[in-house]
Amino acid sequence: MAPLLSMQGIDKAFAGSVALDKAALIVGAGEVHGLIGQNGAGKSTLIKILTGVYERDAGEVTFEEQSLRVASPREAQARGLSTIYQELTLVPLRSVTENVTMGYEPRSRFGLIDWPKAHRRTREILTGFGIDIDVRAPLGEHSTAIQQLVAIARAVSLEARLVIMDEPTSSLDEREVSVLFSVIERLRASGTSVLYVSHFLDEFFRICDRVTVMRDGRDVADHAIVDTRKSALIADMLGRDIDEVESAGMTELGGGTASVGELVFEAKAVATNRRLRHLDIAVRRGEIVGLGGLLGSGRTEAARAVFGADELSSGSLHFMNQAAPPKTPADAIAAGIGFLTEDRKAEGIIPDMSVRENLTLALLPALTRNGRIHRGEERELVDRFIRSLGIKASHRDQPIRELSGGNQQKVLLARWLAIHPKLLILDEPTRGVDVGAKFEIQSIIREHVESGVGVLLISSEFEELVEGADHIVVMQDGVSVSRMSNPGITEERLVSAIAHSAQVSE
Amino acid sequence: MMQAQSLRAWLVRYGMLIALAALLLVNVLVTPNFLQMQTLFVNISQVATIAIVAIGMTLVIATGGIDLSVGAVMALAGAIAPLVFTSAFGIANPTLGLLAAIVLPLLVAMACGLFNGLMISVLRVQPIIATLILFISGRGIAQVLTNGNLQTFSNPAFSYLGTGRVLGLPFQGWLALALALLAFWLVTRTIHGRHLLALGGNERAAELSGVPVRRVKIGVYMICAFLAGIAGLIVVAINSASDAARNGNLMELDAIAAAVVGGALLQGGRAPVFGALIGAVIIQLVKYTLLANGIEDEVALIAKAAIIVAAVALQQGRRE
Amino acid sequence: MDERSFDLRALLHGNGQSIGVWLALVGLILFGVLRYENFGGAYNIASFLNYNAMFILIAVGMCLVIITGGIDLSVGSVAAFSSVCAAYLSPYGLQVALPGGVLAGMALGAVNAFIIIVLRVPPFIATLATLLGAKGGSLVLSGAETIAVDWSSNFTRLGMGKAFDLVPWSILIVLVVVVIAWIVLERTSLGRTLLAIGGGEEASRLMGLKVGRAKAFAYLFSGGCAGLAGVFLASGFGAGQPLEGVGWELSAIASVVVGGTLLTGGLGSITVTVAGALLLGLVFNILNFENGRGTISLSAYWQQVIRGAFLFLVILLQMRVARRRMDREAPT
Repeated sequence: MAPLLSMQGIDKAFAGSVALDKAALIVGAGEVHGLIGQNGAGKSTLIKILTGVYERDAGEVTFEEQSLRVASPREAQARGLSTIYQELTLVPLRSVTENVTMGYEPRSRFGLIDWPKAHRRTREILTGFGIDIDVRAPLGEHSTAIQQLVAIARAVSLEARLVIMDEPTSSLDEREVSVLFSVIERLRASGTSVLYVSHFLDEFFRICDRVTVMRDGRDVADHAIVDTRKSALIADMLGRDIDEVESAGMTELGGGTASVGELVFEAKAVATNRRLRHLDIAVRRGEIVGLGGLLGSGRTEAARAVFGADELSSGSLHFMNQAAPPKTPADAIAAGIGFLTEDRKAEGIIPDMSVRENLTLALLPALTRNGRIHRGEERELVDRFIRSLGIKASHRDQPIRELSGGNQQKVLLARWLAIHPKLLILDEPTRGVDVGAKFEIQSIIREHVESGVGVLLISSEFEELVEGADHIVVMQDGVSVSRMSNPGITEERLVSAIAHSAQVSE
Repeated sequence: MMQAQSLRAWLVRYGMLIALAALLLVNVLVTPNFLQMQTLFVNISQVATIAIVAIGMTLVIATGGIDLSVGAVMALAGAIAPLVFTSAFGIANPTLGLLAAIVLPLLVAMACGLFNGLMISVLRVQPIIATLILFISGRGIAQVLTNGNLQTFSNPAFSYLGTGRVLGLPFQGWLALALALLAFWLVTRTIHGRHLLALGGNERAAELSGVPVRRVKIGVYMICAFLAGIAGLIVVAINSASDAARNGNLMELDAIAAAVVGGALLQGGRAPVFGALIGAVIIQLVKYTLLANGIEDEVALIAKAAIIVAAVALQQGRRE
Repeated sequence: MDERSFDLRALLHGNGQSIGVWLALVGLILFGVLRYENFGGAYNIASFLNYNAMFILIAVGMCLVIITGGIDLSVGSVAAFSSVCAAYLSPYGLQVALPGGVLAGMALGAVNAFIIIVLRVPPFIATLATLLGAKGGSLVLSGAETIAVDWSSNFTRLGMGKAFDLVPWSILIVLVVVVIAWIVLERTSLGRTLLAIGGGEEASRLMGLKVGRAKAFAYLFSGGCAGLAGVFLASGFGAGQPLEGVGWELSAIASVVVGGTLLTGGLGSITVTVAGALLLGLVFNILNFENGRGTISLSAYWQQVIRGAFLFLVILLQMRVARRRMDREAPT
């Protein structure tokens, strides 16, 4: 029987960096197909090409035995492809009902929208997901988990032949995940196929029939789930030998031998106006403290509070050698704190500026005398970092947007290393970065930790936390709920701590 | 598709200079008396005010904002000056009066800039809306102050601003050049300039890298208003009369057009100061070409509108 | 959960700020009735509504545009342009001049839509340019003079006559437009799409909505409303006026925003916009009365200052509401 979907030889490049390189994907009818790969492997790009958000540079796509080339998400939906994206793609200002029925609202006699019917229908659909909420209220007033379930409900209600789910469980708890899986079972039974992308490896073994592994822009393996095991998948993802993975680890963050020094900072019962409710955490010199938790648990809010980007509404933040905690990012930088943000496009790079200008941005006050910037000093500093971090740029004045994701991330890391930080806050430092650069960045981090820098690490790649962190603090709904220490942290322990609401003792 | 892209990129890069060259050529061929000193004089006189405001506008646009109030600020500043030196105080103390007649309007202008800056950075109002307030009411305030009357005066010292000559060319031309050089130095060599460009390039990233966002924004709107104030004084000096209804009328559009033609990106991140000068010259030449060849003002309006749209559309295409 | 098919909350735009508008409106009406002799009289009401019909129309059009997260600064000039067109067409009677004016407005709205959607120029620049272009066009078309209408045709009946000798035509027509706009916004997919775009354009695209088409509608509608307002202008004052319309966009924005429509889009209500336009009109009406009593003497120049102050206050209010909403956003 011919497959439902066949993508072959897909190429896609963005302004100089290659996202997909002859990628292929085959999904059968009535099949739940997993798609796995590290951040930056190309999964999201492949999906966006399939659903019409991007246009492919080369390759063929066949859907239901017909050639498929859609120019917009609308067309993709019309052809029978329905998608739940990783980022929330609903409209928070609009009501739950509107978000679910948008574009397909039930009509009354005169062709006008019948709101009572729409509300009723939405409530029915959501009840099937085990949700009972006020459907008239704006979507944004509900928790992230609810919002995600509403997005899933919408995608599923559109009667597609292929439902694509990109990280659908990233903010769901155990019970909600079970509900989702029963919905997926129903879809499979009715002949609908599901393309399932997730970070939680165990989920693949629970729900998928087959799995495709992607790495650095291409597909590297396509197994039936029964024919493979976790470590094989991980080895495929990283391009390493299974034995190597099992012995030396999956990242370059492990193996720290630094002696842990004095306290760099301590947060007690810290809360901000931005959904951070209660944070207890401490970092010492020479150690990595990880922050674990689902999407919406408040990890980035915690980082922002420590950095002085958000105002504290209660609690205390105590930094060594500082009388008062930083009130603004400028204060934090002066105190020796660096913050590598999660989304480099939104909060990291200044796209039109050069590598040099981006690199020295946080350090400018130190390079300035009487308002004038010392160009010579600046040049020397930049060249030094380009060398030591292995940044691949044609020249220090090249616009940063022309660099690959991995090199951009290195420039941003250099921005913070340049201020000689005592504390480095890293929010998803290897996101969207190719595997080679990923290992390099991890090594650099480990180097600096060895020389006495304290690191607060947020990462959704569990192996980074498991191998690199000395302690992990788990967050949920803006509260730090539990703490665990290495040696002794395993992925199972971490995942179960994150997925359950109960307190987990060490 | 590659061809269209590179054609567009080429146009964006050299379009400015090509347009300038084309305009000059057309005028040399078609307009009577174009290559006379007098013509040069008149054009420099008029372009100087546009250029000065355009410099300020370029800086504001570089932060991703816009300032629609510049025309109104010109009118306000221009209205205050004669009020000062024709007042009892001004007549009794001519030198102090003259000084006050220049300083006071500029202070008021900066206060307008402060208002805009606070609305935008503290109250987080969108720049178009925030500056729209003064756009409409600023001129009204000026008219209330002067009761809608034209104020004529005779003060040769003050008039120097608009009619004086240095090395045979109008004073305001040199002033515009000097201000451009100052702005250029600020943008390219100082930490303030780097902060400005970073803010415009990616505000959130800039803030998290220690850029004092509020201060920079307030500063840039104050500078823009200050420059508009200077331009307003020059206009009044040229005519030896202040007409609050007309001073700076539609100047905001000229300034935006000049800045955009000169290469400023509406999303922010670039501050091509000398581009603004060239843009101002181009706008002035368009005006002059139409006027000198007997075409009405009104058509010039349409032409200007088309130029703005074309310049921005070309930019937007490049951004994708 | 109750199933009222007619949601009063939705009608009044369940949002603390809009209650304020209704209260202020009622308060000002009471004030006026108590303080001035002729305030509540039929003549004042009729002439007030007749005059403000233009501003209500423009505010309604502006509301739809702002809901999509855009803005239309050209409405004043478009109205002026269409008033000139309508004046020229007046000899052929209302049957030709009315559609003519509206079409002129829609044509300019189409220009806006093209520049914004196809050329991807930001709305404020695009409509600022159209403002210029329309102004130029009006001046060219009219030779920079006001154009007297043809009094012998039925044209002036629109602005000066009454339907069934009771209600001025202008009020009736405005009512029809308001109802149509309300139905479109609340009960059609198109209307919900407009709201979705303002709440998240990228998300709307990914949801499969026809974003380009919806935006085009908004700008065409705004242009059409401005065109209709221009016809009222010519018909009510007996002449097409190329230089009118200055500052109208500000009044429209203020009216829209005072009722809680977010400037950034995504939230908005037609009924509250109308209330806002009436409120602004009342402020001026009352100031006129005060002027007449001699307690204050405001020159015409104060009009612009007052408009600016009104918008300023409205923005302050809205920023507070917006700040509260921001604090309720979901974390990352």
